[in-house]
Amino acid sequence: AEVEETLKRIQAHKGVIATIVINAEGIPIRTTLDNSSTVQYAGLLHQLTMKARSTVRDIDPQNDLTFLRIRSKKHEIMVAPDKEYLLIVIQNPCE
Amino acid sequence: MEIIYVYTRKRSEFGRPCSFSDRPAKVNVDIAPDPSTAGGFVLRNPVDSSVQHTSDMSEHEVNTERAEVESRGVNHTEGGWPKDVNPQEVEQTIRFRKKVEKDENYVNTITHLGALMEHCVKQNNAIDIYEEYFGEEEMAEVEDEPPSAKTINVVRDPNGTKRTATRLSWHPDTCKKLAVAYSSLEFQQNVDDMSFDSYIWDLENPNKPELVLKPSSPLVSLEYNPKDSHVLVGGCYNGQMAYWDTRKGGLPVEASTVEVSHRDPVYGAIWLQSKTGTECFSASTDGQVLWWDIRKLSEPTETLVLDITRKGLLENALGAVTLEFEPTMPTKFMVGTEQGIVIACNRKAKTPPEKITSTYSGHHGPVYALARNPFYPKIFLTVGDWTARIWSEENKESSIMCTKYHLSYLTDGCWSTVRPSVFFTTRSDGTLDVWDFLFKQNDPSLSLKVCDEPLSSLRLQDNGCVVGCGSKLGTVTLLEISSGLCTLQRNEKTLASAMFERETKREKILEARHRELRLKERARSESQESEVEESPYEVLDRARREFFEVIEAELQRRVQAETQHPHGKVKDPTGEAAAVQGEESQVPKDREEEEEEKDAA
Repeated sequence: AEVEETLKRIQAHKGVIATIVINAEGIPIRTTLDNSSTVQYAGLLHQLTMKARSTVRDIDPQNDLTFLRIRSKKHEIMVAPDKEYLLIVIQNPCE
Repeated sequence: MEIIYVYTRKRSEFGRPCSFSDRPAKVNVDIAPDPSTAGGFVLRNPVDSSVQHTSDMSEHEVNTERAEVESRGVNHTEGGWPKDVNPQEVEQTIRFRKKVEKDENYVNTITHLGALMEHCVKQNNAIDIYEEYFGEEEMAEVEDEPPSAKTINVVRDPNGTKRTATRLSWHPDTCKKLAVAYSSLEFQQNVDDMSFDSYIWDLENPNKPELVLKPSSPLVSLEYNPKDSHVLVGGCYNGQMAYWDTRKGGLPVEASTVEVSHRDPVYGAIWLQSKTGTECFSASTDGQVLWWDIRKLSEPTETLVLDITRKGLLENALGAVTLEFEPTMPTKFMVGTEQGIVIACNRKAKTPPEKITSTYSGHHGPVYALARNPFYPKIFLTVGDWTARIWSEENKESSIMCTKYHLSYLTDGCWSTVRPSVFFTTRSDGTLDVWDFLFKQNDPSLSLKVCDEPLSSLRLQDNGCVVGCGSKLGTVTLLEISSGLCTLQRNEKTLASAMFERETKREKILEARHRELRLKERARSESQESEVEESPYEVLDRARREFFEVIEAELQRRVQAETQHPHGKVKDPTGEAAAVQGEESQVPKDREEEEEEKDAA
């Protein structure tokens, strides 16, 4: 219930295109996109987050990745990582 | 000599096979130091001894091999589902998802992450961090940065035996593709395993050619059709013409028949402006210019023999080395020949002799490049022997401007497509020169050593910023010119046109004067009725006399200058005087030598 509310709130913000929740194995739990795109995002971003996290920890073992933002020409992909789950939001930031 | 130590061995034991046996260490000889010899040594304290403690280093060289990269697609399939869940079964996946969502950990995590995410989303919506604040302001005046160019890409001939990159042609639309014709132009140097292929390169991937063109004989010239970017025409080393369609692969779609083609390598091949977009023409050192229609390469539509005596005889014909055609003037074209003469021709003349309208001679060697100025079509550039010359169509006797004589041959040249007074030339010592004639006429504005081997061809991209140079070993280097040389300056067009007009006028005046002088001479000699023909000895005498007169006059002038300004040369008046005297004494000596020579001859 709370989860629903949170996700709905995020989706309602201006410019947000899609919201995806994936678990540690890369399986999409909750998504507002179609299946094939979701699977693509899930697979690719999962690996990228792992790589980013290991990079941060390699440089300083006490450090950890809190947030990952990828800004591209068309939109911005934001990834909030956790130990077990990953929250991905795709937003179009330009007005 | 006193025997100090003695070693004995029985004679019967010599030569015996060795019988090795192990035994414990045994002292054989013990030589004690002799204290009496200590007197011969001096004690030294302290002793300088150098010690170094560093780690051992060794030198290694590593060269990474070029990684061959290929683009491939990836197929995403679903995975990661636990074993008991079948991803195809919608019910099972839904059940699994519901189970996960009930997990408490899930709820906590998502709430936490959700808050974090909302913060960022709101941040994005609040401010556009990449906003351009002062974008509309006029760019500040471009500072006078020195002209420069940097290499952006190098494309090498992948074959073992390297061939010269004889022609480059940019793809008409995208300018990301480059067609390069490779052939070996050395006379009879064709190695057996030299491949005949020419390539189309995609600049995103300089390691592997995008398309391999396989003609029956190496291509000397290659051009993209400006109207249809899939079609290319190529002139071969054996004189044939062939055309390719990139959609159909690497073999030529059709090639001209050998009997009616050229008999020498086709050095120039250019597409013509026509409604069908299938006409082209070619020129070769066999003295002919042939017009072709791509659809029917079995015979040329028209021929022209480059005979400047206008008789159309092939024996008198001059070999063509380069061809020039400007789409804005479709009936006229120009041919640069091996003999250093540029012939301007009109295609629409009624009779063949009238086709050749005028000739311009001025180069000592073959004219390797010919280009009209894209802004002022009456002005054209020729590159040959050791200079580059600028001509105006109206002045047929001589060029209006000329660069200085270089130390190496100039091999190719072209105008800049954006600035009317800038042109590029390549030299056989591997240098690319960029000349800005409004700025400086003595030297190139930018002179870059591109590679060690001679550069054989040059082509500027349509935007005017990127230039490709092909070298003798098949390496094509792409350089990006600094923006100062490829952006139009204010007033440049008017200044350039003023400069060209001024030079044209100057040449015209000079021409007129020459003509007058010649007429006068002729009139004078006719009225005198003297032998106009001078024997070679008399010419030699006259030349010698004039030469020495000039030297004497110079010497006199110098002596006079000395006597008039003695205070300026207080330091070494004797030295100078001696030098002058030395020269003077040498001159009579030379004269004596000359007289002796004359007597001998």
